[in-house]
Parts: sequence; C-alpha cells; structure tokens
Amino acid sequence: MLRDLTAPDNLSSQPVQAPASGVAERAPVINDFSITAATKNGSGSQTANLALLRAFFKMGIPVSGKNQFPSNIQGRPTWYTIRLSKDGYIGRRETTEIMIALNNDTVLDDHSNVAPGGVFMYADDLKLPVSRTDISYYKIPVKEMAKASEADPKLRSYIANMVYVGAIAQLIGLEQKEIEAALLFHFKGKQKPVDSNMKVVRAAAEWAAKNLVKDDPFKVERMTGKNDGLLMIDGNTASALGAIYGGVSFVAWYPITPATSVADGLNDYLPRLRTDPETKKPTYAVVQSEDELAALGMVLGAGWAGARSMTSTSGPGISLMAEFTGLGYFAEIPAVIVDVQRMGPATGLPTRVSQGDILKAYWLGHGDTKHPVLLPSSPYECFEFGWRALDLAERLQTPVFVLTDLDIGMNQWMSKPFDYPEDQMDRGKVLSGEEVTALKGGWGRYKDTDGDGIGYRTLPGTDHPQAAYFTRGSGHNERAALSERSEDWENNMERLTRKFETARRLVPPPVVDMQQDAEVGIIACGSTDFAIQEARTLLSKQGIKTSYLRLRALPMNDDVTMFLAAHKRNYVIELNSDAQLCQLVRLHAPQSADKVHKCNHNDGLPLTAHWITGEIGYLESKK
Amino acid sequence: MTTTSNGGAKTASPIVGSQPMKGVNKPANVNIVGLSKIDYKGGESTLCNGCGHDSISAQIITACYELGVKPESLIKFSGIGCSSKSPAYFMSRSFGFNSLHGRMPSVAQGALVANHTLQGIGVSGDGDTGSIGLGQFIHLVRRNLRMVYIIENNGVYGLTKGQFSATSDIGQELKHAGKNELPPIDLCREAIVADCGFVARSFAGDPKQVVPLIKAALAHRGTAVLDIISPCVTFNNRDDSTKSYAWGKEHDERINDFGFVMSQEEIQIEQVPGQTKEVEMHDGSRIILKAVDKSHDPTDMQAALHLLTESHKKQQFITGLLYINEDRPNLAEVHQLTDKPLSHLQQDKLRPSRESLQKIMSTMF
Repeated sequence: MLRDLTAPDNLSSQPVQAPASGVAERAPVINDFSITAATKNGSGSQTANLALLRAFFKMGIPVSGKNQFPSNIQGRPTWYTIRLSKDGYIGRRETTEIMIALNNDTVLDDHSNVAPGGVFMYADDLKLPVSRTDISYYKIPVKEMAKASEADPKLRSYIANMVYVGAIAQLIGLEQKEIEAALLFHFKGKQKPVDSNMKVVRAAAEWAAKNLVKDDPFKVERMTGKNDGLLMIDGNTASALGAIYGGVSFVAWYPITPATSVADGLNDYLPRLRTDPETKKPTYAVVQSEDELAALGMVLGAGWAGARSMTSTSGPGISLMAEFTGLGYFAEIPAVIVDVQRMGPATGLPTRVSQGDILKAYWLGHGDTKHPVLLPSSPYECFEFGWRALDLAERLQTPVFVLTDLDIGMNQWMSKPFDYPEDQMDRGKVLSGEEVTALKGGWGRYKDTDGDGIGYRTLPGTDHPQAAYFTRGSGHNERAALSERSEDWENNMERLTRKFETARRLVPPPVVDMQQDAEVGIIACGSTDFAIQEARTLLSKQGIKTSYLRLRALPMNDDVTMFLAAHKRNYVIELNSDAQLCQLVRLHAPQSADKVHKCNHNDGLPLTAHWITGEIGYLESKK
Repeated sequence: MTTTSNGGAKTASPIVGSQPMKGVNKPANVNIVGLSKIDYKGGESTLCNGCGHDSISAQIITACYELGVKPESLIKFSGIGCSSKSPAYFMSRSFGFNSLHGRMPSVAQGALVANHTLQGIGVSGDGDTGSIGLGQFIHLVRRNLRMVYIIENNGVYGLTKGQFSATSDIGQELKHAGKNELPPIDLCREAIVADCGFVARSFAGDPKQVVPLIKAALAHRGTAVLDIISPCVTFNNRDDSTKSYAWGKEHDERINDFGFVMSQEEIQIEQVPGQTKEVEMHDGSRIILKAVDKSHDPTDMQAALHLLTESHKKQQFITGLLYINEDRPNLAEVHQLTDKPLSHLQQDKLRPSRESLQKIMSTMF
C-alpha cells in the first residue's frame, strides 16, 4: 500500500502542478482526483466515507470507492480511497491528491504519500513533526467539534468522522444536500441519525468557511452524461439479488470474509421478495451451517432433491468443499458455489483481493474433475450470472462456480441497472412419474439419450415404483447401479467429458473487442476489467493498439483460439502469483502457446491502469 | 419428456398410516398401503455372511412394511463404510443417497429441507458417525431434522479391514491393530447431550426390540438416534468384545419392554399400574414402555445419562428407549416451510416480479 501510494502516477489526465504557491497560479483540477481517508477500523468512518462517495455520485461525477481494511475488528489502520474521474474510469489509482489523516499510527506515512501539489487535511491532535513545501495543509479541530455537537457521548467518536466530511465538502464544493441524501440512504430513511450527523457536517463546513484559506486547486462540479440512470451497489448484494431472481430456494453457508455479505444480502432481500403471498410462508430456506463441508453437503442434498441450491464462500471454504464438489461432479447434482476470492494461500490476506482460485475452482476435487466457472467482472454481471448459474447447474446437473472477488464483492460500484431475466427458468431434464411409465423401463439415470452427455433425472418423492435410483460417488453404470467394470467406468467418464463440451457451448461466451491492425491482444477476466479499460486508452496514446478478450466463463471456446491466432502477442492480465489464467489459455490453444505471455500482479490490491500500462509497455519494448 | 420443468413429480403422501386400519377390506399379505413385503426388498447384500447389518436391514423392511410406509416417500441416506453400503440392500423403490464418509447428515439436511414431506432413514457406522462424522452428527441432532439415524455399531473399521474405531472398547485387542488404549465414545450419550429427542440402543440380533424401536423412531417428529450394536463377524467377534454376539447375549441389560402403537390402532396393551409408561408421539401414535428391572423414566435426561454412565462402568450395554422428548420443534418447523416442498416450487413462486426488481433498483441510490 505505502509503496504503491508513493509510486509516481504519470497517468493522471490532469497533471498536478507543484509546488503549491497560491490559488491564482494554479489551474483548477475539477472532478479528477483521489481522496483518501486514513482512519482506524471500527471507528465508524465507513458512514462518512460512503456519504462522500454517494454524494459525489449524486452530483453526476463518476466515482469509485475502495476500502483497504485490516482483518481485525477495531483499532487497526484503514484507508478508504475515493477516485473521482470525469472521464468515467473507476479502476484503482495509486495516487492520492487529498489525504485526510485521522490516525496517529500512520500519520507520517500518510503525510509522505500525498502527491506533490496535493492536500493534507489532518486532525489537530495528530503528532506531525515534519512538513513539506509542495502540499497544502488544513488542520481541523476534530475532537473539539465533535464535542461541540452535543451528540450522545457514546456516539461522539462516530460523529467525529462527519467533521472531515463537512470540512472537505466546504473546501472542494461538495453540495450538502447530496450528503444529506446519502446519509438518508445509509440510515434507511431514519431522519434522526441523519439530523445528528448533518448537524456536525454543517458546523464543520461553517468552521472551514471561516477558518481555512483554500490554496489548492481541487474542486468538484455537478456534471451530466456519465452517471445517468446508474445504480450504486456492491457485487455481493448483486450476487444475492441475482440468485433470488434466479429462484434460489435453498442456501447453506458459513461465515467467511469477503463472502459473508452475499449471505447478508440473501437474508436481507429474501423475506421481502420471496414470501408467498397466499401462505405468508417463505419460498426458501437459508441455513448457516457448521462449516463449509456441511454447507456444500446440504446444498448438494437440496439440489438432488430438486431445490435451486447455492452456497457462497471464499478460498479456505473452497478448499474444504473439494470433497463434496467432486461428489457433485460425479453423482451429477446441480449446485451453485459463489467464490468471492481473497488472497491465499492459507489464511493469506483475508481482506485483500486476488484472483488466485481460478485453477482450484476449475479442477476442484480428486481424480478427473472439471467444472463450469462463471467469471463476472462487475456487479451487473454478478446479478446476471447469479441467475444464469442456477439455470446452468440444473441444465448440466453439476456444480457451477461463480468466481467474483473482494474488490467487486465488497466495494461500492457504479453499475448499469440490472436486466430482469427474460429467459424462462431452465429446470433441466427432469422426468415425472408418467414420463417414467412412458419410457417402459428404458430409463437409465446416467444414459446419454440426447447425445449431449446429460442424462434424465427423477426427483425424490416421485410417485412411481420405478422412479427411484441410488445416488453414489462410487463407480456406476447407466442405470445407476454399482459397477466396478472398466467398460462402465470408461463410458461414464467419456460421457462426463461430452457433457463438459455441452457446458462449453452453454456458458456465457467471452466479450471480444477486436481492433483492426492491433498486434497486441489482452486477455483477462473479472475485476481487472476496470483497470484494463483505462489502460487500453493510455496504451493507445503511447502508440500501442490493443484488442481485448474478456472471458466470462470457463471452459473457453473457439473465440479464444481465434483471438490468439489473430494477434502477434497476447498478454494475459490477472491478479495472482502463478499466472493461472495464462496457464489455462496456453493449455486451451497449445498451438498458440508461444504467443501467450503472462502479465500478472498480486500485491493484494486491485490492479491499476498505471501498472498494466507500464508492464505492457515494458514487455512490448523487449519484443 | 419434460425438459424445462420439475413438473409431474407429485407431493408425496404422508408416510405413516395414511389410511385407517379399521373397516378396510385389504387382501391378505398386503399392508395398509396395499403393498406386499416383497415391495420393500432391496438388492442382494454383499456384506459378510452373518453380518449384523443385514439383520438391521431386514428389520427396517419389517418396520416399514408393517407401518405402511410408502417406499417412494422415503429417502435412504448413508455415509461410507460397511454400514453405509446397506441402504442398497433394502427398499429399492426408495431413493437412496450413499454420500461421503461422515457427511451424510449434511446431505440429509439439504434433501429433507428441500422436501420435508419425505421421511428419511440414515444408516451410518461407528467410524462414520463417531470419528470422521462426529461434528455433522452433533449438528444434525442440534437442528432436529426429522429423520431416523441408525448407527450400525460394531466397534471396528470393517471395510478397511480391522482398525479400531471411536467406539472400540478400552483394552480391546485386535489381530492387526493391537491393543486399544483409549476409552470409547458413547454415541447415545453424545446424542442426549446434544438434546436429541429420541435416543435408543439395541442389538442387531434382537428383532423384537429393534422393529418397534424403528417404528417409534419413524413416528418421532425430529432426529431419532438408534445405536444398534451390530457384531462384525469378520473383524470383531471375539467373545471379550462388547460388540460381539456372545457379549451381547450375556450382557444385554434391558431397561424396558417396548410396544409401539400406531395412531390408528386401538390401544390394547396390558396396562400394569406402576410399571408401564406411555409416551404420545406428535402424530398421535404411542410408545408403551414396560419396565423390566428398574423403572427408568425415558423423559428424564439426567436419568438417561446416569444410566449410560453406570452401564459403562460395568461394561454392560443398556438397551431400549433411553431418552425421549417430543417438545422440540424440528428443522422444517423452524424454517416455517410451506406445505408444498421447496423442491417442487416453480417459476411462478420462485422468481419475483419485474416490478419488484425496478422497485429495488430505484432504492439503490
């Protein structure tokens, strides 16, 4: 984090002039800079930070917010960075122009991390024995003002955060009515906490107007054209809503960062959306299981019985689910596993992002196993893949993974509105008792009648003497009878591979942007998309024209093969140490493997356009 | 063939006694749902000759036949091990799920929450429940899923050829494993401590006790745990093993004689004041206990724990109904499940309206 923050960022479309030497000589910087609040976790600063983020959003300014928080409950350093980008880039930037310092433990680093020409706003009780000549300083009496607010002493430290909201709003021109709207949303329409917070905001703004002399160029202005019609939402809530509109009826889960808020979203919205109007009873069940093994066991039991069934977890949970995933694959049971990736191996960095589960999820389980993996890149796709995954799982009768990550999942994003699922729910191949009769004894649970590798299943409780079958993880023949015959084994495994080819046709295809005459191809998936979009613009300014293929699922299809062939050099951009996606791309098209280059980074933070541009620029210079 | 819906599969009818006993002219050799015993048979057993597990399978068949459980409305579950193979050897018309080692409880919970109209019978072993699956077992009991959980307890790992299990006796010797230095886990005691509402112990070679216990367990509203000592004729049948036939015959300490009366039957058991105890099940059927040597009150949790502790010291095994409590709500009740099972709900019930999505998004700032 610290190294990153001090790294020069030459990419800002609005270079900051330094040193600060008076308002008159400096061109204003409008809607194009970053603000970081350095606080301690558990201090309630999240309310303040989200209020700022949403207020900017409401002024029509494209924004993104990134919470860099510790794996801890209270007292450890936390940074929240808001990027304002009039051009609409919402990936992470390294640079912070405005630092709001409230944490004595990090104040020296926070101070040195301000970009030249930037702003250092700090609480007056911080110890700051050094100073710089190239930045502006604003010292704020945070404690005094919190005390003056006459707020309940228990809430005083929370409300203190509103002091910096009011002061920064006054300095850069953020409208108070939008802060109030943001707080009203935050407190779910309850006026009382809004009023007590706004009281502090107003007092701080008044104090700043009287006591601070602005000598920095940073300003916000209301704008139109970029945010119109967009929502602001986190990916985990989007995943939960997608599953609900996909008709999820059984959920088992175990708490784990950063996936817990998927279950929170389900528990929040299911009662509102899925209470049967006639019986007033829920059309779903959510079980908090004893561990992740049991979570997936329950999900498979429910999926087998005919419910639309899912779980959500992160890396360590995926490790525990390996056994049941293999059973689900071999016994052919629908299930959806949402993996909100965090940094591993082991406990790793539970509150930092990574794309390190790609290989693990794709091949989870012992023996020969392989699973469809959906790769959403935004909350919009978290919603869409939330319902599509349930359709695919029942159609393919197999566990389907949805790989998101901490950055998409836990941060707030501007998003296109979600599209209501137009397709009818696909419940897959299910036989009724009458249909079993009609088959006159010809039915076999694992028989490939249609040539797509997918058999027909019956559901427990089907009222027919020949409807039952015995589900097992041991070797079985077409009629689900135990078999140790080599021929049966091979037939079954060949059919499962055939089924995987069906999956290849059914999963969402990649999004491809082919640029004429581009020698460079970029391949990526998931949350790196935001930084890649920006990096492509910057690369193009440097004379490097790129095409872009964004994978939305595994297994890959021929689009990837053709894309690789069409470019001289293909860079696989990803957030992990072992270049996992790159390995899969090379395996998918070994004939093009020498044209596939890794371009991976894994420091726990979301990728930046700056890093991508530098890396590809460097690799291109060596070609 | 339908490929786009779950349609067709009907909600199962109630499992026990769906038709009244009296006044029905049924043919001979069929039960109240019109099935003969052969309709309850399973595949041919591949277990060793004389295995206690096969006796238990036979007693499950008898209990389900006599109760009139419809095979299609019952699911068989198991984990991994010799015991867990046995669901393939009874009731082939029932769906079965042979899951993972020690993980049967989670699979059963998912399936029976998805379709709470079905009855579940789980068959596990002492390794499957007492070692690798102890955690899931306790949590199943804690959640009180309505199912019968049978432990076919032989105190040894059979399928891997004779290692000690968590229920092996302390000091016991086995051919390859040597001497067991650790005390056994008493799975009945574990179940009672986890607040299980139905805990019984029996002996595979005693159909007169096992059959009514299974019947009563099927009528219980929550998780019913039956720890059935089931001698392993191949790896653990030495006379000094508490899980051998010889030991069972000599050391079986009965606490009650047991009668199970379906709700539709007229109660005709002989009532002996001071010596019988009647327990009414949630579905109206009754358990009638006749004390044999002492008046154990199976509704008294402390008494049940005391009895088990004392029998441990004496290396006896107490058989019969140890503990019963019909008061706890089961998992389906906790989740307030709809009459129509979740597994059979279709798009009209599962996908909220277009308008509702618009409404949510309008509040998304």
